[in-house]
Amino acid sequence: MAKTYEEINEKIARGDAVVLTAEEVARMAEELSPAEIAARVDVVTTATFGAMCSSGCFINFGHPEPGLRMESITLNGVPVFGGIAAVDAYIGATEVDPNNPRYGGGHLIEALVRGETLVLEARGKGTDCYPRRYARAEINKDSVNEIIMVNPRNAYQNYPAATNSSGKTLYTYMGTLLPRFGNITYSTSGELSPLLNDPELRTIGIGTRVFLAGAQGFVSWNGTQFNTEKPANEFGLPLSNARTLMLTANLKQMDPAYLKAAYFERYGVSLFVGLGIPIPVLDEDIARRVSISNRQIETTVCDYAEKGHPGIARVTYAALRAGWVELDGRKVRTAPLSSLAKAREIAEVLKAQVRAGAFPLAAPVQPLPTHATVRGLSLAGDAS
Amino acid sequence: MKEKFVLEYSEQVVNEPIIYTLVKRFDVMVNILRAEISPGREGSMLVEIESDPERLAAAEAYLAERSVRLIPIAQSLGFRQDDCINCGACTAVCFSGCLTIGAPDWTLQVDRSKCIACGLCVPACPLGLFTLRFGA
Repeated sequence: MAKTYEEINEKIARGDAVVLTAEEVARMAEELSPAEIAARVDVVTTATFGAMCSSGCFINFGHPEPGLRMESITLNGVPVFGGIAAVDAYIGATEVDPNNPRYGGGHLIEALVRGETLVLEARGKGTDCYPRRYARAEINKDSVNEIIMVNPRNAYQNYPAATNSSGKTLYTYMGTLLPRFGNITYSTSGELSPLLNDPELRTIGIGTRVFLAGAQGFVSWNGTQFNTEKPANEFGLPLSNARTLMLTANLKQMDPAYLKAAYFERYGVSLFVGLGIPIPVLDEDIARRVSISNRQIETTVCDYAEKGHPGIARVTYAALRAGWVELDGRKVRTAPLSSLAKAREIAEVLKAQVRAGAFPLAAPVQPLPTHATVRGLSLAGDAS
Repeated sequence: MKEKFVLEYSEQVVNEPIIYTLVKRFDVMVNILRAEISPGREGSMLVEIESDPERLAAAEAYLAERSVRLIPIAQSLGFRQDDCINCGACTAVCFSGCLTIGAPDWTLQVDRSKCIACGLCVPACPLGLFTLRFGA
């Protein structure tokens, strides 16, 4: 029995839609068939709260008088990209203050959401139309025109877990990896993860409304490194990082509870991003997809000590969540890097918003690519 | 009772047999878990002391007299819990069982009595929420 988006929205408006989190529906699926779930459940909320380096926001500072073509710009000492129009800039989450590499774009973005004041310094060469050559100002989210978050790659579908076979500690974006397989870290919310609940993106595409750090935003495009060709397991779930999303939302509407700057030792600055996506249960196929549990989702354990981080094992999220997995006959501790507690909180908030009719569902304006692969970079002078 | 402490030595006393005196005079059992002590410099020692409140108080008075601070391990490990996002990154490096995360609620549990002052959590926390008083 298929449902349309309109029928689901009407049920929401009448107040009798059944909205569950992906964890709740995974438990329900232990008793009920996909057909029964499709008949009973209308919307399933998914969420994640992890470090996503490919994040940032466009900001328009407003024009000083006389004008300045801002070419070299810093906020609290952190360079921000000014290679666009006069007072537009892009704050990249991983950019750092050269004098304090533990402080960077992620911190600026978090501070802006909190309503804090930042010191802007900008320089330009002086032109006939923009004669000023320097400006210093204190700015905050209310003083500037727009702050639009545009994250080129978020919500990675199934990021691989990480370990370290070498004899020395590795400091990575996957956390501190202890020598001789001292630990394994992983960074997805598993059965609650957005793109694992709709693995072929039937309901998620351009124009899909998302919860982005507390604001309502949209999927603006496929994310970078979007890959549909990764091997999948018998449940149709990719075994390592596959599809991604580019996301856009108004930073002025965000909530600091769902956005946190991070510094990974000897790696750099990043940003924890809270993301939630509701999935309409249109039919039995989607019901089967949202029913997946951590026992069915597998990921690849990659060795960060080796060139290219080769995969060395395949594990389920149920095993990773148990606290240790067996690797080459020995028990290795596992630790998460993305916050399941926060992801659950987002899934619950989103559930309430969907139920209240505050988060209308719609079909994507256009689907994301059905065939896409990722290229490496061949270097100048390479013979091959 | 058995408790873990950090002993903070000033540079003047690192040459004195403090632990010997502690055992001999106050009859407390001292198990040294970790030490960073060098002549002419301030030092720290992580110890587990087994005794009763009375003997411990006497030992503490002696240590104070020798300018050695006796800091319960719980005070040595600083953690800004209110800012914790429960990501779990610190649990990847904590082998003493002080920092754990898991079912059912996946919030970080901190059992300071298990801390061994290894300090690995300090750089492992992406939000920089841990501090450790140990060593120079």
